[in-house]
Amino acid sequence: MKVLVAGGSGALARRVVEKLQRGRHEVAVVDRRPWPADASGIAFFEADIRKLAAADVIRRFHPDCVVHMATVNAIRAPNEDSSRTNLAGTRALYQFSAEHGVKHVVFVSRHTIYGASADAPLFHMEDEPPSGLERDAALADLTAADLYASQMLWREPKLKTTVLRVVYFLGESRTGTLARYLSDRVVPRVLGFDPAYQVIDEDDAAAAIALAVDAAAPGIFNVAGPAPLPLSVVIRESGREGLALPELALRFMRRRGSFSGLPQGGFTHLKYPIAVDGSAFRAATGFQFQRTLEDCLSRFRTASPKLL
Amino acid sequence: MENTASRIDRLALTFGAQGFDPYGVSKKHLEMFLGALSLFYKSYFRVRTRGLENVPASGRAMLVGNHSGGYAIDGAMVISACFLELEPPRLVHAMADKFLSRLPLSSVWTARCGQFTGLRENAVRLLKDERMLLVFPEGVAGVSKLYNERNTLVNFGHGFMRLALQTKTPIIPFGFAGGGDAVPTIYNARGLGKLFGVPYLPLTPWGLPLPLPAQCALVFGRALDFQGSGHEDDGEVSANVALVKGAIAQLILDANAVRSESAQ
Repeated sequence: MKVLVAGGSGALARRVVEKLQRGRHEVAVVDRRPWPADASGIAFFEADIRKLAAADVIRRFHPDCVVHMATVNAIRAPNEDSSRTNLAGTRALYQFSAEHGVKHVVFVSRHTIYGASADAPLFHMEDEPPSGLERDAALADLTAADLYASQMLWREPKLKTTVLRVVYFLGESRTGTLARYLSDRVVPRVLGFDPAYQVIDEDDAAAAIALAVDAAAPGIFNVAGPAPLPLSVVIRESGREGLALPELALRFMRRRGSFSGLPQGGFTHLKYPIAVDGSAFRAATGFQFQRTLEDCLSRFRTASPKLL
Repeated sequence: MENTASRIDRLALTFGAQGFDPYGVSKKHLEMFLGALSLFYKSYFRVRTRGLENVPASGRAMLVGNHSGGYAIDGAMVISACFLELEPPRLVHAMADKFLSRLPLSSVWTARCGQFTGLRENAVRLLKDERMLLVFPEGVAGVSKLYNERNTLVNFGHGFMRLALQTKTPIIPFGFAGGGDAVPTIYNARGLGKLFGVPYLPLTPWGLPLPLPAQCALVFGRALDFQGSGHEDDGEVSANVALVKGAIAQLILDANAVRSESAQ
């Protein structure tokens, strides 16, 4: 099968490309960033998915499946670039796919779109709407893109759509939302709160996305790995030192420019949990994670340079 | 007497390598929480519990009863009774009010001790996992009873009955007496409560809501099984709710009888 990975230069996406190649797919990558590794066996197109150049890539490569990973998903207030990438980009990619006979689009979203809130259920199900946007607008454009992709399930019936809401991933690449938060030796958190964090090893996350390409099951799925652990334990097991500070002090220090890894916007993601139920995805694809959370965190710890 | 740690080992919970169960219940926190509750149960409130044979040893169940005033001493003592007096011990999951997870510290402790926010999704998930829930259909209005209202019942919500019908869960009614004597509330300071992020602060004749060592009693009644789908009309559901409320009213009388008999 011919698979085009949009946003394929990212660390997680590169692992997806690897898994797809190993699964004997013909893989092409389109990204506005250059391809960082040697491009053996990969057709690489440097193009912005919002532009007509991307339509040309789809026309020329003629993929059966498009994996859409060209999103901005850091926890920060939406800006012009993230809004354009997430919204205009997703819309353009769907449009080009529908016009050029693509059969299946896999949109890789994040579990953070459910929103962190005090009255969240223990585990979110796929049918729940996002919450907490009134308090914390971070991720609003990713959330909108996720819902846009979801409605394609009925709007474009010829095109199969799979939306994957993947939990925080972590691994040797040391990239991603959680890795950014854990980038320093001392990791601040909010005193009196210790939410459950759901983390999956990046190799497992990439395997899940590749599996979704093969299974071609349309629908919206949460992708979860091991059972969640409290944030304090995640910090400790990744070899960092947790520092619990009152929310006001944390706000003050961020304004002064300390703790660059802190998410922008509210501290809701440090106070309240977002955990998802991944059973529907397991039932649809037979996915099983390979690495325990301890294993995943210790690999991340080993891969980190010695921190001062 | 068996210690708290070895009773926790006999709970039907599986803790992972870091000491957490899949819902985030922590062995370490449970030990401190239940250890402290045991002291209150045995030595401070000297709770007398009857009818424990009505509480199932395994499988889904909903313990449904009255609030007796002040704050949720009743809930804490029901959790203690099921941990200390059932064989094997069981962890009761109370369906907690939302404000508890918004407050620092309490947000951590409620989650670590299995006292989750009272959302329908959470209740269904736990019942399907054959856990035992604790539900107070009176809600916050029940906790905020004043001293002279301590043995009365206020309006019951219907949610618990629809939940029981939908998940085919037996209801074990109970009556609790003594909470209102431990924290005789004369006034609920709502404005003051808001400052601390709680719905109200119960004020006693001595000001702060520190509890007196009043003796408490807890009586469980026979399990009530209701048949249905949970999608019945309100009228039908409220007839069932009235049956449960009637049973609880009788059990409160029984609990008060247990209190006065032990006072002699």
